[in-house]
Amino acid sequence: MPNISRDEVAHLARLARLAVTEDELDTFAGQLDVILQSVARVGEVAAEDIPPTSHAVPLTNVFREDLVRPGLTQQQALAGAPAAEDGRFRVPRILGEEA
Amino acid sequence: MTAATVLDYDEVIERFDPVLGLEVHVELNTHTKMFCGCPTTFGAEPNTQVCPTCLGLPGSLPVVNRVAVESAMRIGLALNCEIAPWCRFARKNYFYPDMPKNFQTSQYDEPIAFNGSLDVTLEDGTVVTVAIERAHMEEDTGKSLHVGGATGRIHGADHSLLDYNRAGVPLIEIVTKPIEGMGERAPEVARAYVSTLRDLLRALDVSDVRMDQGSLRCDANVSLMSKGATEFGTRTETKNVNSLRSVERAVRYEMTRQAAILVEGGSILQETRHFQEATGTTSAGRRKETSEDYRYFPEPDLVPIAPPAEWVEQLRATLPEMPSERRKRIQADWQLTDLELRDLVNAGAVDLVAATVDAGASPAEARAWWVSYLSQEANSRGLELAALPITPPQVARVSALVAEGKLTNKLAREVIDGVLAGEGEPDEVVEKRGLAVVSDDSALYAAIDEALAAQPDVADKIRGGKVAAAGAIVGAVMKTTKGQADAKRVRELILERCT
Amino acid sequence: MSDLTRLTAAELADKIQKKDVSAVEVAQAHLDRIAAVDKTVNAFLYVDTERALSAARAVDEDVAAGREPASPLAGVPLALKDVFVMEGAPTTCGSKILEGWSPPYDATVTRKLLEAGVVILGKTNMDEFAMGSSTENSAFGPSRNPWDLDRIPGGSGGGSSASLAAFEAPLAIGTDTGGSIRQPGSVTGTVGVKPTYGGVSRYGLVAFSSSLDQGGPCARTVLDAALLHEVIGGHDPLDSTSIDAPVPPVVAAARDGARGDLSGMRIGIVTEFQGDGYQAGVTAAFVQAVETLKGLGAEVVEVSCPHFDYALPAYYLIAPSEASSNLARFDAMRYGLRTGDDSANSAEQVMALTREAGFGAEVKRRIMIGTYALSSGYYDAYYGQAQKVRTLITQDFEKAFESVDVLISPTTPTTAFRIGERADDPMAMYLADLCTIPANLAGTPAMSVPAGLSDEDGLPVGLQVMAPALAEPRMYKVAAAFEAARDAASGGALIHRVPELEA
Ligand SMILES: [Mg+2]
Ligand SMILES: [Zn+2]
Repeated sequence: MPNISRDEVAHLARLARLAVTEDELDTFAGQLDVILQSVARVGEVAAEDIPPTSHAVPLTNVFREDLVRPGLTQQQALAGAPAAEDGRFRVPRILGEEA
Repeated sequence: MTAATVLDYDEVIERFDPVLGLEVHVELNTHTKMFCGCPTTFGAEPNTQVCPTCLGLPGSLPVVNRVAVESAMRIGLALNCEIAPWCRFARKNYFYPDMPKNFQTSQYDEPIAFNGSLDVTLEDGTVVTVAIERAHMEEDTGKSLHVGGATGRIHGADHSLLDYNRAGVPLIEIVTKPIEGMGERAPEVARAYVSTLRDLLRALDVSDVRMDQGSLRCDANVSLMSKGATEFGTRTETKNVNSLRSVERAVRYEMTRQAAILVEGGSILQETRHFQEATGTTSAGRRKETSEDYRYFPEPDLVPIAPPAEWVEQLRATLPEMPSERRKRIQADWQLTDLELRDLVNAGAVDLVAATVDAGASPAEARAWWVSYLSQEANSRGLELAALPITPPQVARVSALVAEGKLTNKLAREVIDGVLAGEGEPDEVVEKRGLAVVSDDSALYAAIDEALAAQPDVADKIRGGKVAAAGAIVGAVMKTTKGQADAKRVRELILERCT
Repeated sequence: MSDLTRLTAAELADKIQKKDVSAVEVAQAHLDRIAAVDKTVNAFLYVDTERALSAARAVDEDVAAGREPASPLAGVPLALKDVFVMEGAPTTCGSKILEGWSPPYDATVTRKLLEAGVVILGKTNMDEFAMGSSTENSAFGPSRNPWDLDRIPGGSGGGSSASLAAFEAPLAIGTDTGGSIRQPGSVTGTVGVKPTYGGVSRYGLVAFSSSLDQGGPCARTVLDAALLHEVIGGHDPLDSTSIDAPVPPVVAAARDGARGDLSGMRIGIVTEFQGDGYQAGVTAAFVQAVETLKGLGAEVVEVSCPHFDYALPAYYLIAPSEASSNLARFDAMRYGLRTGDDSANSAEQVMALTREAGFGAEVKRRIMIGTYALSSGYYDAYYGQAQKVRTLITQDFEKAFESVDVLISPTTPTTAFRIGERADDPMAMYLADLCTIPANLAGTPAMSVPAGLSDEDGLPVGLQVMAPALAEPRMYKVAAAFEAARDAASGGALIHRVPELEA
């Protein structure tokens, strides 16, 4: 089924926030195609009436009580930040939704 | 930005049928966040209510807050929804700096509550039933502060500062089915729906429901169909609607804006718009260069929620009397006319009056204070009634002082003013301002004797049986006591003196 | 080389408690060994000398004061895979994107190790974000296989397996998403165990594929692995997928197995995991292992698991899909690398530039596959179908375990390949995990125990033992019995045939 184009790779890279190079577009287009061709085999066996499995031992209703647990201090939270200002994480300007 | 052309509202209604879809996000008032034990208190210092999980640190994992799930189910039950016997969380994948994991843990095709309804009463008493599509659980994002450029605006900002205290706060998203056939009343219906929902959530005690603080947020989807058309038009989604009044204005504005485009033969862009409080208009958000693809898939770090029937029934039993039922009961108990009830509701005074009655006042007294005197006060201060610095027990206390004859109505108003001015409890205000009724008969006798002596001709008339003449003496006594005597008692004492 | 580095964990713990040797001496011996050979092996990304020695001192104080040991492994050194966080120790996951990040918290596994008095020596090398079978995908250079320094020590936990085979540590922690504990164990002649999914907490394990990742013990003997398993296993309220049940009694099972009696045990050979594509020496060692098991009294039969053939394609949809989402958080905003922040670039551009610069080729490739497989319109055909394949594989296991107690296969089709040999061919690399993936998809436990050496290259071959969910004791028993018989037959533990490294 798959026949991944360069454009499709570029679209995926945008969705995944990867600033891929022109060379990578070609490499990935080829490799993704090979990989996806071979993994498409999963379509051969799995029929409609088979339920999906996500976990080995099926668990439900795992909750925590609504009790406050100590977290991090502001200093700890910001310790790994590439940049911080006024107790907040400093990030480059956000191309936002608000006009 | 040039203002968009808009079509006259009457003409909009003549040519189009509006269709609404309302999405309300409610921040729950749980002690902790949806998936971690961080507190949810509003207004804390930035990044002090965070942990590895809500900061999305590598290796961290979510665990679901039981009370948040219970709140979601109670909201669902109150909205007459079905509760899913089995449901899951899903990941909604998209990059945004206020979202620590770059996916939102939400619910997708398996919401915890679905297929409900909410009866909404409009100002004239008309009841509209709004169908509820679903109510699902998710988590809030952090908050960004945009620095540089126009203050606080994202556009033209130099950089942004992020605070993740709000990240992970439990949200319930309540989505209506399309609301059709409302015609010119569509904006009013939108407002009344949000208002009714807010009352319901307040009664459930699941949220602070403060639109000004963002604990209740409404996104309004609006589209127009030409009269007689059967398919919905293209919709826009207006965000940033921060008050009940704005809900109404935003819907109305979008109707007129879209209509102006459509009559010119243009087409509506499916987009997110932002309501501008100052101008009452909406403006376009940034258009995404790529179509939305959230790549939803079941959250593998969490297990399904399968509420046993007993749990659901236990929660159903905790539902308080619904605001609409309560109103019916109150109308009967307090013997109100439809109009009186509506005044009470429109003033936002139902809870306050009820609490005042619970604190001992009579329904009529309590209503009089809140609906007439205090409503005016709130209006002039530009506050909601509930935000006035006076409590139902304080109003009830003033009312009791009147009933006991310790205050006249005029004095009582002064006491209320004193409480509003922050002078303390009603009894303290009475004390400090010296407002108590002069009830000491000996003091009154002295004032009466003085007045009778000053006006001997009037005294003679009274003694001669002309009871009506006593009024002049009452007036004089009230003057010397600075109005702090009970006029009725004064009259009795005068007649006693003159027989 | 100090003798102390040649001892098993059980022996070291015993000597420390008997005051034959101090925990500090044990720690120092291993630190010295690391200093001597790790330039060559490159097993460690970070060595925490200070904290290792202070943890060892604390154990010695307990011993001196006559206090009960914190655990049966008190004072034993361990190498921690750099995918588990440890407060104050840099965690990289083998990636440049986490450069300079020092986590502010401990993983549950880390906490349990520290509470057990285990001496954590440092963090071990790995394929970037655990994606790979060779450690060649580490941003910090490949680890080398002590059996042959030109060859890979397996992956993704190649640092952990190499540290064991190089006698830098008697114990190590790995994570197994598609075989990353068992395959490195197999190619280095060490023991690696993937517990039942949910048996060991994932809290603080940097996620690759959440529904598959599982931490587990790595050691040079089955008993040591069992001792470590009991230390790190058990319910954790911070991991919603953690199983709320006691740790299976694996130490008792290992001791039981070591007595060498497997009579009454029924063992199934997976039909699908033999034949073409298996290196001759691997097949020969496996056949020999089957004979040994029969000799111990086990009944061995062949069992077909027809859907195991679909495990690899299902895995290469599920794991990248989940990874594409799990790795989205590495965005240059809150921690780790940030590139391109020149005030002209937007946050969105800085995210894309940083991720481009910070992730290696394999990670990017898998993010792209996962992004594709989850895209609207493809979800049902890929991720959805793959989840159904998991059901079929689980059913194959269930059916097999109706007739046998455990299943066996070679752990991996070949012995350690040469560094660089498969680097440009992702599909060839993926084949290394062919036999290990079914247990990940079903969430069932499985382990690799050294089977012997391959005739043609003299390199270790692994025997994989697979058991039903929560039935770890069965596989430990079989592995321990086999290990004892093999050691007896070959006149000592296989691991001691590792060539001497030039210090
Ligand atoms: Mg939502
Ligand atoms: Zn938190």
